[in-house]
Amino acid sequence: MTKWVASLAALLLGSCAGNQGSGPPPTVSSIVVFAASSLEPAFVKVAGRVSPKYRLGVVFNYAGTQALSSQLMQGAQADVFASADTAHMKSLQDAGLIGGSPQVFGHNRLEIAVEKGNPKGIHTLADLARAGLVTVLADPSVPAGKYAQQALARAHVTVHPASLEPQVTGVLGKVSLGEADAGIVYVSDIVSSGKVDGVAIPDGQNVIADYPIAKLKSASNNQGADEFISYLLSPEGQSIITGAGFEKA
Amino acid sequence: MSQARIPGPLVALAAAGLLLFVLPLAGLIVRAPWNQVWPALTAPETATALGLSVFCSLTATAVALALGIPLALLLSRTSGTIRGILRALTTLPMVLPPVVGGVALLLAFGRRGLIGAPLYAAFGLQIPFTTTAAVIAETFVAMPFLVIAVEGGLRGLDHRYEEAARALGAGSWKVFLRVTLPLLRPAVFSGAVLCWARALGEFGATITFAGNLPGRTQTVPLAVYVALETRPEGAIVLSLILLGVSLAILIGLRDRWLGEP
Repeated sequence: MTKWVASLAALLLGSCAGNQGSGPPPTVSSIVVFAASSLEPAFVKVAGRVSPKYRLGVVFNYAGTQALSSQLMQGAQADVFASADTAHMKSLQDAGLIGGSPQVFGHNRLEIAVEKGNPKGIHTLADLARAGLVTVLADPSVPAGKYAQQALARAHVTVHPASLEPQVTGVLGKVSLGEADAGIVYVSDIVSSGKVDGVAIPDGQNVIADYPIAKLKSASNNQGADEFISYLLSPEGQSIITGAGFEKA
Repeated sequence: MSQARIPGPLVALAAAGLLLFVLPLAGLIVRAPWNQVWPALTAPETATALGLSVFCSLTATAVALALGIPLALLLSRTSGTIRGILRALTTLPMVLPPVVGGVALLLAFGRRGLIGAPLYAAFGLQIPFTTTAAVIAETFVAMPFLVIAVEGGLRGLDHRYEEAARALGAGSWKVFLRVTLPLLRPAVFSGAVLCWARALGEFGATITFAGNLPGRTQTVPLAVYVALETRPEGAIVLSLILLGVSLAILIGLRDRWLGEP
């Protein structure tokens, strides 16, 4: 579904640019960006700037990093890949699918998502082990779940989750609907959701995710891919990234 | 018995239709890492997910039988606008994307839900994230298949048998149990099979409403989805196992219940 929304957004952006007689000329080329789902709020804004600036249409395919990486392994056609961890980027690199060298464009740290106003008084990871508290985590097969597991191990906390969601959005959804009391997600998820509060996890326990981006060897629009990546790394791109809850590269 | 010849173009279309079913199956079978089937089959996680799937889908079918047959009976006795509304309500879960169904179930039976909130306040009862939730999700999505099949059976029924039974002094309950229900057997059976198959493959509503926890709510489709991300071979093996179990149950039940070749 997110894919649809993204394509629609790209179409709208494209048509907007085309309709303005005095505005920038219509887009002349386009790129396909495979991006981790946690990047969606930030990348929609990035595309909003990149499209008119370089006359470049940007079509996104948002999904879990592991799903994107397996799509690319199966021969999916794309120009740029933005991953939520370095491990998947590395395995694509080992498979010879990455064109340039991957560059980290942002970091994301974990936070505890709780209901607005934090009615259960959750302040530390240790609170998540409290009896009667409904905690939801991401499945360890996705980066967010793997990081959450690491953070809990560092805090020496054993949590009995009510569910292991295959996507971070599942964790966020269950907390914002009030079905779960707490969940571990990325700071950027909490910023973009706006429906939950975040409880910070101290640096000593937190896990910081690196987000690398790279051009794919199979890219059909090399110039467009370079423009998108360099904009993301420019001060302007970086301020969009930090505005969405990420940390600067 | 002599049958009219099927026109050539129809045979070709039928073959194309069959191919659409058979090719993906062939893909699964050809690509399956056969040397991993035994270890995957005996892995404790597989047994847990499979056991849960069989339990939930059979329970959902039983619930659907208990609620769906009376519902079909009600539907068959109504007409006009009421029937239109009732039928639309019954078939809604068939057209609703299952994930939306899951959200709707949360809004009804969740801690903040229409029914869920008073239940939680009064008894501390939480339905989401439990096996009960998985059964409810499967029933929600699968029951329409049973209702539609049974209602079709009821409409095609020769009501003279029921009238005869009534004329001989049988009460309405007895007529239902001794006459209507036995006459409906083929419709109930095919409806139950469709319902069960849909319940067994249910994914969207379950993951949204019941979550994903091994041993509690992680049925085989959910386990396949999670495995697909990390170990696709494992996912293929799990899918094959689900296919095998379904085939065995379908073939086995058909012979036993209907006595048809």
